[in-house]
Order: sequence, then C-alpha cells, then structure tokens
Amino acid sequence: MNDILIAVIPVVIIGIVCAAVLVIASKIMAVKEDERFPAVRDCLPGANCGACGFAGCDGYAKALCENPDTPANLCIPGADSVAKQLGEVLGVEVADVVEQVAVVHCSGDCEHTQDKVAYSGIESCAAAKLMYGGKGSCTFGCLGLGDCAKACPHNAIYIENGVARVYTCDCIGCGVCTKTCPNHLISLVPDVKKVYVACSNRDKGAATRKVCSSGCIGCKKCEKVCPSGAIKVTDNVAVIDYEKCTDCGACAENCTTKCIRVEDLSGCHHYNP
Amino acid sequence: MTKFIIILLSAVFVNNYVLSRFLGICPFLGVSKKLDSATGMSLAVIFVMLMATAATWPIQTFLLDPNGLGYLQTIVFILVIAALVQLVEIVLKRYIPSLHQSLGVYLPLITTNCAVLGVTILNITESYTFLESMVNSLGSGLGFFLAMVMFSGVRSKIEGADIPESFKGLPVTLVAASITSLSFLGFGGVVENMFPV
Repeated sequence: MNDILIAVIPVVIIGIVCAAVLVIASKIMAVKEDERFPAVRDCLPGANCGACGFAGCDGYAKALCENPDTPANLCIPGADSVAKQLGEVLGVEVADVVEQVAVVHCSGDCEHTQDKVAYSGIESCAAAKLMYGGKGSCTFGCLGLGDCAKACPHNAIYIENGVARVYTCDCIGCGVCTKTCPNHLISLVPDVKKVYVACSNRDKGAATRKVCSSGCIGCKKCEKVCPSGAIKVTDNVAVIDYEKCTDCGACAENCTTKCIRVEDLSGCHHYNP
Repeated sequence: MTKFIIILLSAVFVNNYVLSRFLGICPFLGVSKKLDSATGMSLAVIFVMLMATAATWPIQTFLLDPNGLGYLQTIVFILVIAALVQLVEIVLKRYIPSLHQSLGVYLPLITTNCAVLGVTILNITESYTFLESMVNSLGSGLGFFLAMVMFSGVRSKIEGADIPESFKGLPVTLVAASITSLSFLGFGGVVENMFPV
C-alpha cells in the first residue's frame, strides 16, 4: 500500500502543478479574439478558394473584423446572399457582388486541331507543357489533361473532346482554375455576359490557321462590326472588353473562323449557407 | 569537444531516430507529402526535443533518482512533455504570433510523439550529462529534419512515377521508406572510426 502511495503522490503533484501552470498561463496570456469573428466566419462558405484575395475564409473573416474598410462583397462563390449576411453581421452597407464564371479561351477540340506527338507521360498539363509545349500542334491551346478539372473545388470543369469545358451552373467563380492552367486559357467573365473569344493563339493568322481550323487569325472583322468598340485584336487574338460589351453578338456572327462564341454563361450561384 | 561532435553526428546519421531507431514514424509518413509541411514539422520537432530535454533531465536527476522513483520515468515524462508543449503553444500565440502561425499546426501533434519521448528517455539511459543531452537532442532533431526533407523529395518523385495499381499510395510509400532507411545503414561505424580514441 505504502509503495503505491509513494508512486501515486508524486505523479499527482506533478500533474496538479502542470495543470495549474497551464490554467494560469492560458488566463494571463489569453489572446483577445474579436467576438464578431465566429459570426462573420459562419457567413462565409468555407471553400477557402481565395477568390476574395485573402488567405482562405479565415483570412477574409479576420480582415473584415479588423479593418472596417474591407469591402464585404468580395466573396464571389457566396454571391449576394453571403454579402447580405455579412452586411447584417457587420452593420455596413454592401454593394452587389459581381458574379463571375470561368470561360476557357480555346476551341481546339479533336475536330479542329491535331496532335503533333503521342504523349504518354504524367497525366498533367503542367508536365506535358514542359515537353515541347504539349502534344497538340497548337502550343497556346488546351492541353486536355485536366489540371483545371482536378483543381476545381466544385467539379465544374470537365474535358470534352480534348478541350476543357465549364459547367457554368456549377462554377462558383473562384478562379482557382485560372491560376492552374499552364497556358492561362481560363479567365473569369461577368456571368451576365454571353459572348467570349474561344482562342488564345498569339501567332500570326497563317501560322494559327495551319495548326487549328477554329483559331483566331486576327482578321479584325469583329473590330469593324462591333457597334460599341468593345473588341480589339491585340497580339493577333481578339480580346473583349467586358466593360463596353453590350452582348449584341455581332462579332460572333461575323467571325471568319467562328472562334467567337455566344453561350449562356449565367452561373446559377445557388449557394445556400 | 570531440565527444560532443561524436554525439551530434551519430545522432544525425548513425542512430537516426526515424531511419535507424524507427521512432516517430507517424509524422514521417503522415506529414512528408509536401516539402514545406515537412520542414515545418521538423523544425517544431527540433524545438520540442530541446525544450523537453531541458525540462526532463533535471526532473530525472534531481527529483526521481534521489527518491528512488526511477520507475516512474515514462509516465512523468509524458505528463511533463505534454504540459510543456501546451505551455509553449500558449506563450508563442501571445508573444510570437508569426512563429505560432508556422509551427502552430504541428506543435499539438508532437505532444505525445514517441521520438520526443524516446530522446528524453535515451538521454537518461545513456547517462549523458545535461550538455551532452542537449547536444544529443539537437542531433536527433536534425536527424529527423534530414529524414523528413529527404523523404519528402522521394515522395514527390513517387507522385510522378508509373506505379502498379496495387502499390499506389501507402504501399509504395512504405517500400520507399524502407529503402531510404536501408541507405542509412551505410553510416554504421563511420562516426566512431572518424575520431579514433
């Protein structure tokens, strides 16, 4: 009995001392947290996509609590419903969120362009890009190995016929794919628009024509027909200025190679917290 | 001085905690997927090993041994190390938030890590002095760092390799780990013969 006591007592004493030290330390050195932080954090979707420009949802919530000048409409996946909730919690006026969807600026599918080599390496666009710019004859185009599809947090991208496509309804507009694509083919477009250029080939027209039958050859026809001057050919590829674009579709109708497309881009943005 | 160098080098290479003693395998397999998390974890381990040794060596020498309580070593050490790591975390959070940000996730993970407990207990069994114990802990931590960084490199190579379906994931990682540890057998006897007594 005595032996047990001799063993138990020191351990209990050490345990109590440790516990006391921890309790005192946590009381003295407690870090004050903004009491609004949990409420603000709960409003956000928790996708940690980084579309707001902060390090994940925690980072954005922290910035909102600490700096009253941080706009509350930066959460693109959450859209208006989240912005409204944030406005209520923080007690500020919130501007409308500009919902965005990803569009792929390439239409080089199996019918329009060809492979120049048979690639059997790592199933990754980034790796394929290192080998002479990928397997396709167009080095600007979609590599079709789906790095964007793997990166997409909402599984909104799929590879169809060798080209990445976006389910606009599932796209939350976070922009993770735009950073993943080694050819920078994906960009975010306001989801109220319908027109986009499905080509990124910056070669001269003749060179583009040789590798892809639906590539932008830089003929500037679209520039001439656009009533609002929203489309410009820069670096041999047409680029739309969405500030000016009125969605009339004149450029798409007159496009020589049909690389300007009209599609319904309206993402549904039906995120519910 | 020579003794310290021998202790340091043999702790890093010959008696590497992960690859020769097979302690701390859990973080070795769990956190070695990416280089930055591997370095973060290893730095936290070095830090905690040094702190734990600094705390447990005096307890053993001045508290347990004189009172004939040496058999309580394991349980007391676990208790003290766990409390110590929690305390360090609280202190870091308050005073050095940047260090807490980078080590924060890993600190609680190491609380009951067997490599940390192993180094404190082996310091006692090898009957090292306090300074020797600290050098041994530093060496063990560095050895852990070396193993983690090396293995995260090996794993990133495995990621891109063409592996049979049934070996994908953990099996090939374990095979790679055993081959890596086999390579450390080559260090056996090197340090002892470097400094002939």
